[in-house]
Amino acid sequence: MNYQPDRSKYPAKKADGTLDIDLTSGKYLKLWHGPNHPGITGNMSVELTVCGDEVIEGKVHVGYLHRGFEKLMERRSFIQCFPIVCRICVPEPDFNEYCYAAAIEELSGVVVPERAHWIRTMILEMGRINSYLMYLGGQAGALGQGVIGQWTTYVRDLMLDRFEELTGARIYHMFILPGGVRDDLPEGFKDRLEATLKEVDAVLKDVHDVMFKNAVFKRRTIGVGYIDPAWVDEYGITGPNARAAGVAKDVRKDQPYLVYDQLDFEPVVDHGSDIYTRADVRRRDVAMSVDLLRQILAKMPNEGPVMAKLPNVLHWQIPRGETYIRGECSRGEYGFYLVTDGSRFPRRVNVRGPSYTHAMTLLERMIVNTNISDVAALMVSLHTYPPEIER
Amino acid sequence: MKEELEKRVVKGPDGFEFEVEPLQDYYCAEAPKAHLPVYSKIVEGLFNWARSESIWILGFGTGCGAIEMRPLMTPRFDAYRFGIQWRPTPRQANLLMISGYLSVKTLKRAIRAYEQMQSPKYVVGLGSCTINGGMYWDSYNTIKKLDDYMPVDLFIAGCMPRPEALLAGFNDLKKIIKAGKAEGANKYAENFDWYKANQKSVIKDWDMPDYNW
Amino acid sequence: MHKLYENLGKIIPLGEMTLQRANLAFITLDRRYLRSALHHLRDVEGYSHLVLLTAVDWIEEDVFQLTYLLSNRTADVDVGLRVMLPRENASMDSIHDIWPTAATYQRELREMFGIDFPGSPRVNEEFILEGWQEIPPYRRDFDTKKYSEENFAHREGRVTKDPASHMKELLYPDRGQ
Repeated sequence: MNYQPDRSKYPAKKADGTLDIDLTSGKYLKLWHGPNHPGITGNMSVELTVCGDEVIEGKVHVGYLHRGFEKLMERRSFIQCFPIVCRICVPEPDFNEYCYAAAIEELSGVVVPERAHWIRTMILEMGRINSYLMYLGGQAGALGQGVIGQWTTYVRDLMLDRFEELTGARIYHMFILPGGVRDDLPEGFKDRLEATLKEVDAVLKDVHDVMFKNAVFKRRTIGVGYIDPAWVDEYGITGPNARAAGVAKDVRKDQPYLVYDQLDFEPVVDHGSDIYTRADVRRRDVAMSVDLLRQILAKMPNEGPVMAKLPNVLHWQIPRGETYIRGECSRGEYGFYLVTDGSRFPRRVNVRGPSYTHAMTLLERMIVNTNISDVAALMVSLHTYPPEIER
Repeated sequence: MKEELEKRVVKGPDGFEFEVEPLQDYYCAEAPKAHLPVYSKIVEGLFNWARSESIWILGFGTGCGAIEMRPLMTPRFDAYRFGIQWRPTPRQANLLMISGYLSVKTLKRAIRAYEQMQSPKYVVGLGSCTINGGMYWDSYNTIKKLDDYMPVDLFIAGCMPRPEALLAGFNDLKKIIKAGKAEGANKYAENFDWYKANQKSVIKDWDMPDYNW
Repeated sequence: MHKLYENLGKIIPLGEMTLQRANLAFITLDRRYLRSALHHLRDVEGYSHLVLLTAVDWIEEDVFQLTYLLSNRTADVDVGLRVMLPRENASMDSIHDIWPTAATYQRELREMFGIDFPGSPRVNEEFILEGWQEIPPYRRDFDTKKYSEENFAHREGRVTKDPASHMKELLYPDRGQ
């Protein structure tokens, strides 16, 4: 099947890239999809040009959540940055902490204890489950299935309880610090986490039965929003979006970090590359994360320090250097590019959020030739979070 | 002034040409009016009771606090039992939750959303960043003091506030409304020039009409 | 990594190489050779994924450092190309024809650092900021605290303390300077 938009029936583009149309002719309409819109993934907007109910051009506008993190971090010392780095991405904040901490450790030469690696991996996998559960609710909600959101939010809340028990906070944990993690596991935590994982399993089965076998959901998602595997390199597509297109891109497998080389897993890969496949890949990814968490709980060393000894963090200076640390978050490759200049402050921090390429260049290309009613489902299926686009 | 706000001749799909002046046709040139309580105390009390029991929130996630709204919609915390629900459009809503920091770009949209809501309407600032800037006190792109730009009825402190804190905040808001003290819309109308001056001092490219409801 | 440096060095003159870790190196090169280096890395060496494109402001040396980070997934190696640009009227060749996604990065650099990329699509459109009138905010000479104090109303009662001296007073009040 050819999913490529047929551009021949649409107006040509002018030399400067704008559409060669007369907006006042009454044939075309400009519509703003967002920022205040229930079918948008957070605070961003898409400026649609439509002809009938077909989209002929979409321009993504971001910047509504810009706080200037990269600038703010340049005037905070290394340890002072920790309260703000996690706020870069709301639904999955731990990746910011991990990438930033690992970058600092690499540049300053701090060695992290073995057990801290395991706890970090556990936290990242728990965060991944949370993020995917929110996605599943959103994807179903964008197509009118409100009940899936109720279930996934319920089980996500149980997961947040585990986070609260472990770190003291529901959303922003600030648990991963340079040198390790802030604290050891509370007593009996493993059993309670296992009980929560059972709940996740049960809800996942329900979601599979109700959402993925639903005829309406299938009719509206299969074959819609096709990503060509050839675009994966062109547009820098990573994570489930690439894996649903048949490219087995998974940082956990390709460039193992933390303890992923000691865990037994295979990246979930599928070939449909439409909204349905992407949702399905993510559902199977949750199941894989649950499995990984069980492996971590079983293999984790029971004794040992969780924090390395750090120099006085108030006067901590890190020699000049630059590095890039990446990890596989629920949306794809998450990375921190850190440049230091020998002073107490980072010289430059650049956050590579996977949504950056997914929501901007890729969405603008994919949105052409869809229906207005599919725009929300298409956007959600790319699993983008605006705060990491503009930081 | 933006191009689409200028006066122009438009040709309809049927070939008929007509003139459009957006500022006159789509917007109101008049400043908002204060609607002070005029009925007897008993009637006003009844109105306020009814208002407090049907708080409809505009589903506009302006910042990271929006993530704690989702658990409130589900049975565990269930804000619906307090008569609270989320609406997709400002026309149907009477409570604007500013969920966290407001960047200058969002402030512009939030003002529009606020002015499009019907009176009586309320504003709740959620999180420390609406109170004094919070984490982003030295950021070049976020406002630090929400009540300079919008009449805030209630602040909920925290970064970010837990769902229980939000529920407590909603109950406090109800008490304020029942006591007839949630006069934010009237305050906004009475001090309209002051609010506009504050808003324009931050939004450097003010390219919309002053009152755009 | 050293092999890659040799291979690349046969085609174009290269600057110094910093080996950060076994699978990550940064190579400095002149801006004239950037495009041919990128083409070579993408088509011959298999570095097909543009991870990020960003800039670092070295204001003391009066240069911008542009970093093009490329990744070769199958071989598990990353290479960063560093290009130094003078800060005055900084302008660089666009690479959006090699990787379409670079257009977004270039739009951000244009707005946040003021580095021009002639020919890149929509590069002069507003991206993140709206109605910005100061110098581009990510430049080092832009002081965000000063701007925030001058442009936004602040609530009374906020106290800022230097963490080092504050902790010293708190923990060791009897010790002098």
